[in-house]
Amino acid sequence: MTRKQQRTWFLVGGVGVLALATVLILGALGDSLVYFYSPTELTEKAIDPGAQIRVGGLVEEGSVEKGEGLDVSFVVTDLNESVTVNYNGLLPDLFREGQGVVAEGSFLTDGQFHATKVLAKHDEKYMPKEVADALKEQGKWKADETLIDDSVKKYGIDDSGTNKGYGE
Amino acid sequence: MTELLPEIGTVFLCLALITAILSGLVPQWGALRGDARLMRFADSGAIVQGIMIAGAFGVLTHAFVVSDFSVETVANNSHTLKPMLYKISGVWGNHEGSLVLWVMILTLFGAAVALFGQSLPLSLRARVLSVQSLVAVGFLSFTIFTSNPFARLDPAPIEGLGLNPLLQDPGLAFHPPFLYLGYVGFSIAFSFAIGALLEGKVDAAWARWVKPWTLAAWIFLTIGIALGSWWAYYELGWGGFWFWDPVENASLLPWLMGTALLHSVIVVERRDSLKRWTILLAIGTFSLSLLGTFLVRSGVLTSVHAFATDPERGVFILGFLVAVVGGSLTLYALRAGKLDPVGLFAPISREGALLINNWFLVSAAGTVLLGTLYPLFLDALTGEKITVGPPFFNATVLPIMVPLALAMAVGPWLRWRSDQLTGMGGRLGLIFGIAALAVFATVILTTDAPWWGLAGVGLGVWLIAGTGLDWLRRTGLLRGGFAKLPRSVHGMTLAHIGFGLVILGVVGNTGWTQEEQGLMKVGDKVTLGQYEFALEGVAVVPGPNYRAQQGTLMVSKLDSGGDAVWTAPFRPEMRHYRDPVQTTTEAAIKTSVLRDLFAVVGEGNHQQGFAVRVYVKPLVPWIWTGAGLMALGGLLSLSRSFARRPRQVTTKEATV
Repeated sequence: MTRKQQRTWFLVGGVGVLALATVLILGALGDSLVYFYSPTELTEKAIDPGAQIRVGGLVEEGSVEKGEGLDVSFVVTDLNESVTVNYNGLLPDLFREGQGVVAEGSFLTDGQFHATKVLAKHDEKYMPKEVADALKEQGKWKADETLIDDSVKKYGIDDSGTNKGYGE
Repeated sequence: MTELLPEIGTVFLCLALITAILSGLVPQWGALRGDARLMRFADSGAIVQGIMIAGAFGVLTHAFVVSDFSVETVANNSHTLKPMLYKISGVWGNHEGSLVLWVMILTLFGAAVALFGQSLPLSLRARVLSVQSLVAVGFLSFTIFTSNPFARLDPAPIEGLGLNPLLQDPGLAFHPPFLYLGYVGFSIAFSFAIGALLEGKVDAAWARWVKPWTLAAWIFLTIGIALGSWWAYYELGWGGFWFWDPVENASLLPWLMGTALLHSVIVVERRDSLKRWTILLAIGTFSLSLLGTFLVRSGVLTSVHAFATDPERGVFILGFLVAVVGGSLTLYALRAGKLDPVGLFAPISREGALLINNWFLVSAAGTVLLGTLYPLFLDALTGEKITVGPPFFNATVLPIMVPLALAMAVGPWLRWRSDQLTGMGGRLGLIFGIAALAVFATVILTTDAPWWGLAGVGLGVWLIAGTGLDWLRRTGLLRGGFAKLPRSVHGMTLAHIGFGLVILGVVGNTGWTQEEQGLMKVGDKVTLGQYEFALEGVAVVPGPNYRAQQGTLMVSKLDSGGDAVWTAPFRPEMRHYRDPVQTTTEAAIKTSVLRDLFAVVGEGNHQQGFAVRVYVKPLVPWIWTGAGLMALGGLLSLSRSFARRPRQVTTKEATV
């Protein structure tokens, strides 16, 4: 084994593994990406039935309807447009009316959105980034007010001048 | 006096920053000029930084313990009614406090090098500690100028906002410290790499220093990741243990690269080869740790972990990241050429196997990195929002792991420098036979086995059998003897078997989980395979700072005749917290050697029924058992590294 031979097999092996990884990545990027849309974007763009997408926004107050068994439907809104989501299964702990939510699924041929997964990964201070962005785009983002409301409810303090909610 | 403590905390941080700036520059200058006095400043500087930050951390902990809500961090993240454990874990359960923990670990590691590294050449020690101090400068200025943990609120609120109840859990209370010990532990490998580039010398002695630090960091990171995944499993109520969430990926990235580093540093130590590659891995591993910190701390990704949503902070860490990565890679480009490879080796050899392991681990890290950052880049460039989720990672990372695990079983058999596989036909046949037998047994004993599940079983058993056989051969147990082996061999055996168990656990869970969900009223029963779950009742139970809806499920294992072999009560809870308002799920889990039974009773009422989910999850406990074995194996190897160090001192003493 000379230094030159060693360099050759380093190169061949390293490039080989790299090529394998590249092939796998390109193959997977083609069919495992899921696009995110706000309800407004959904009305502007035609989404093919069956295409796996995510839609996010706030769960409209009073829109949650429980049906037979674990069937449930609710309205997702970005306070401009809205879309009804149908789901069969248990909703996550953090799912609540008026809070941010992301539903993953597809439109059926009859135009109904059927979710296979519902995500509500936030607490009351934070919401999914996509949802916050979507609301911002609609000019409906009121982070500071939401926080102030919360602390007013909690402490009964009303003289808040900062976005933390309990005054300077 | 005590009311001034937070100000003293700020003073500690500022003094530490000044010390860090000085010990970043003075010893470096001393090393350039060959001035021993200036170089020695590195030692005292490192120790002073450690003491200062430990003091600041103590002050912050005190503020949390006594619920001093005039400190903003405490008011935002604590509450008088919280149990003491979570008051303390609240110290690092937020952005500001977690940074103090980060810097404390960083500086204490530096102090440890100063205290225990007296056998190191002075100029190398000075350079290593000065790099460590420069990293501390970055993080300390970040803490002081953008996220001061001791900022005051006036007037102080009467009550704090509380800690996210999801984080109020023993598993998660210790998840961040372990993760940080891992992340920050790699800073030592990084500082040694930069120090070596400046010195222009990498040798076996250097590797003997870097190895235990890397190993220690790796052990902590392994435990941290395992704790996090275990927490997700029992706390999020969906029975998942890994979601390929960006925050999880942020911890997996340095783990993958760090594992590669751990193996390549062995080649430097034993064979004086792969030096440049090892330096590059050390830089890469710490850079990925910083990237992980950036991803989680900057609010680029928003999830349970991402406490900060302040773009100013994001820009600061990004700038720091660019400076560290750019600076060290530039230095590498300028200086690495001086490090000549010495030991030659053939593809089929121990070094060859270790290098192949490195290629696959680094490719896996690259793939995870790409999948994690791609959505961020796409969003920044085009505004399109996409999710790269489990399908992507399963289709890329798992296939890369297959050849890695295949080679892992055989690599340790090989001799250094050059070897032949031809003489190993018998052994290869034996472990192939054992793996095939396991696959065959799985086909017979289970139903609906997916092909990839069977392949996974074969792979896991192949790895365990290959590792076990090598251990039996080396110890000579088969021939009735028991050779005394270095502890690192036992450690490696444990860790590799642990990885095999993780493979089997993941495969068992993914391929054979049985699941049932539906609305159940009291008195209803549901059967899942051999198990029957009967809902006996649902009651409200008070907790220390929550009220729980507790369901009682009687779970029975049925024999073939339908009679119960045993019956046990399951009491899953749904906890409603008030400060802050949130609901968490506490799954009821019964663990046995071969499977977990997992049940959750969710929302509902007595008229329509409660939402119940039950799972039978084969081999799942093996995931954490395996991770535990990996950490234990690391610990065993580490004990050898530390046991060996004093020998250099004792030889000196012996001559006295």
